[in-house]
Amino acid sequence: MTDSTQKSKDTHILSMLVANKPGVLVRVALVFARRGFNIDSLVVSASINPKYSRMTITAKGDLATLDQIIKNLNKLVDVLHASEHDPTHSIDHELALIKVKATPASKTAVVKHSKKYHAKIVDVTDNALIIAQSGVTEELDEFENLMRKYGVIEMVRSGKLLMAQGKEAT
Amino acid sequence: MTTPEKPKTEAPKEPKKMNGAEALIRCLENFGVEYIFGLSGGAAIPIFDALVGSKIKLILVRHEQGGTHMADGYARATGKPGVALVTSGPGATNTVTGIMTSHMDSVPIIVLTGQTITAMLGKDAFQEADIFGVTMPVVKHSYLVKKTNDIPRVIKEAWHICQTGRPGPVLVDLPKDITSAPFTGDTLDPEMDIPGYKVPGKPSKKDLIKFANAFKGSKKPLLLIGHGAVISHAGKAVKRLAEKLHAPVTNTLLGKGAFAETHPLSLGMLGMHGTAYANKAVINCDLICSIGSRWDDRINGNNAEFCVNAKKLHIEVDPAEINKIVKPDAYIIGSAREVVEELIDYVEPLDTKEWIEELAYYRKQWPLKYSHDKGLTAQYVIHECYKVTQGKAIVTTDVGQHQMWAAQFYLTDYCDNWITSGGAGTMGFGFPAAIGAQFGRPKDLVVAIVGDGGFQMTLYELATVFVNKLPVKVLIIDNKYLGMVRQWQELFFDNRLSGVDLEGNPNFVKLAESYGIKGFHIHKVEHCHDVMTEAMNYPGPAVIWAEVIKEDNVFPMIPAGKSAYHMIIEPPPQTQKLEKPTGST
Repeated sequence: MTDSTQKSKDTHILSMLVANKPGVLVRVALVFARRGFNIDSLVVSASINPKYSRMTITAKGDLATLDQIIKNLNKLVDVLHASEHDPTHSIDHELALIKVKATPASKTAVVKHSKKYHAKIVDVTDNALIIAQSGVTEELDEFENLMRKYGVIEMVRSGKLLMAQGKEAT
Repeated sequence: MTTPEKPKTEAPKEPKKMNGAEALIRCLENFGVEYIFGLSGGAAIPIFDALVGSKIKLILVRHEQGGTHMADGYARATGKPGVALVTSGPGATNTVTGIMTSHMDSVPIIVLTGQTITAMLGKDAFQEADIFGVTMPVVKHSYLVKKTNDIPRVIKEAWHICQTGRPGPVLVDLPKDITSAPFTGDTLDPEMDIPGYKVPGKPSKKDLIKFANAFKGSKKPLLLIGHGAVISHAGKAVKRLAEKLHAPVTNTLLGKGAFAETHPLSLGMLGMHGTAYANKAVINCDLICSIGSRWDDRINGNNAEFCVNAKKLHIEVDPAEINKIVKPDAYIIGSAREVVEELIDYVEPLDTKEWIEELAYYRKQWPLKYSHDKGLTAQYVIHECYKVTQGKAIVTTDVGQHQMWAAQFYLTDYCDNWITSGGAGTMGFGFPAAIGAQFGRPKDLVVAIVGDGGFQMTLYELATVFVNKLPVKVLIIDNKYLGMVRQWQELFFDNRLSGVDLEGNPNFVKLAESYGIKGFHIHKVEHCHDVMTEAMNYPGPAVIWAEVIKEDNVFPMIPAGKSAYHMIIEPPPQTQKLEKPTGST
């Protein structure tokens, strides 16, 4: 098994629908923290009903603990549901902002690569470009690695957003 | 001569305007709350003010930990939620041990905490503590109320959540401006708004049949009764199930009483300090069915060696307990009583004659025992208490040696009569819990069996007992040590005693007397029975100080982290060196 398949096997994406109340994020985080589970990314956003929020959490760890975590998340009074989604029946998407060094010599190449990856240059200054890219995590990883050659100054990524396909509810 | 007209005093009656605190107390009254165990302070004054003239009786405690344990004891003895009320800051943080104790043992309590005014939240106001944040890991749910008109909904939800499904503590943090402001809502009985809260329903017939089929063919079944059976009042149903199956029954520490311990099918408590015969049954059974137990580490020891050859079945109200410790061959989600009541019709009697004979042999071979060789033992004192009270008292305990001996020698046949801090193992729990139990069941005899260490953590509640004239009996098992730790140090740490000598214990009789409470003293085997009889029949509160031999150990014992195969039934010879336990605590 290669490192990358191991990585994807241990990485789990949970999606949750939660009450839009103070403290709910702490309650959710405590379920992970108590079991020594590290959260890789976490997105909290509005849902179509303002009473509820969406959470998408990416975390690494063993399956038995994950099973306990999902059950304990569902036990929280403020959680309407929490579930892990099968990547083959769901769509995930992520956004990255990357600030890359831009010298007169490198600028053209950076712009060329950005086009190829459908990334947008959203800010230009004398010595840096900010590039916005959205897509699946693997594409974002690839583009990030490519940009490292030119000098990445800063990077911000949103973490995965997930939605179940077809009739299935997220 | 005319008399001046009297001013009209009888204005048309308008409903009196309530403030938030009054709405709060009115809601609790409507739920039938009888007592609030409280200690006041600045941020809680409006709530205490609203209690003046209320139907609810305020019990002034001496420390907030005592108050929460009283609410807990009241809840366990009556099955109704217990309510504690404290102020902000240290008042609130003093409840954490009590909340955690209720959480670990799934006990329905509501803790109301005063809080600084909302404008000062997060600004380090005097006596401000983020109790909502502090308690988050140990509550079933909690609220920080930000609008006065939300109070009735919050209280209704808290009342519902704390006692349904798997019960547990709910904390409601109430800023002072919120309780002081006028309540302008339409109703004290609003709709709840908890769409994320799930309570398991009744099991389906299909699931019941499937589960019942798992029993088929078992020759050596064992029913394991836990706290879930006590909480759901499954006693009668469990008895019918056990008798129909001809299956022997063992109980956890907290499951005591859900199945009569004097019933011929009862093997008593299993686990670390359980009976040898219950643990032999665990080793040799071919099927074990947990009814409301969570396979605690005090039962399993080493999970890899736990009932390896037995089919494991699990009846459980909390889905998160499935697969947590034991991977069951079959499970069913629901309250223990509801599931067992339905299950009875679907199971068939098993042929367990040989199994029962095998267990009878173990029982004869390794009974629980004690001797008078070295003097007065805790076991004898507790056994006398059992005999004198005919096993009918509500017994509460702390944690430690006295707790295990009480579990072994104070058999109980009644649900709700055994109140102990099991999951949390809280020293100082037993005495205040007994006070709560006595308030809840004023006609029953309540005995707190406590250690000299634990009692000194909450003894200040003697004043609460005196003021309220509660006939609680406190039986102090005084061995002048933190006995269970001393036992471990003796057995596993070369008898290097460290931090266990309770030198400086008071004269507990004089201590009781200084609170105006009758004290009794037992220090000899010969007069134990007479003093115990007199004390248990004494009409008022009593402290019974039993000075027992200092160095005695609880057996049988399964070292932490080991399975029942490694049970030490008799005290090992002094020359034998035991491995240090690897289990959690």
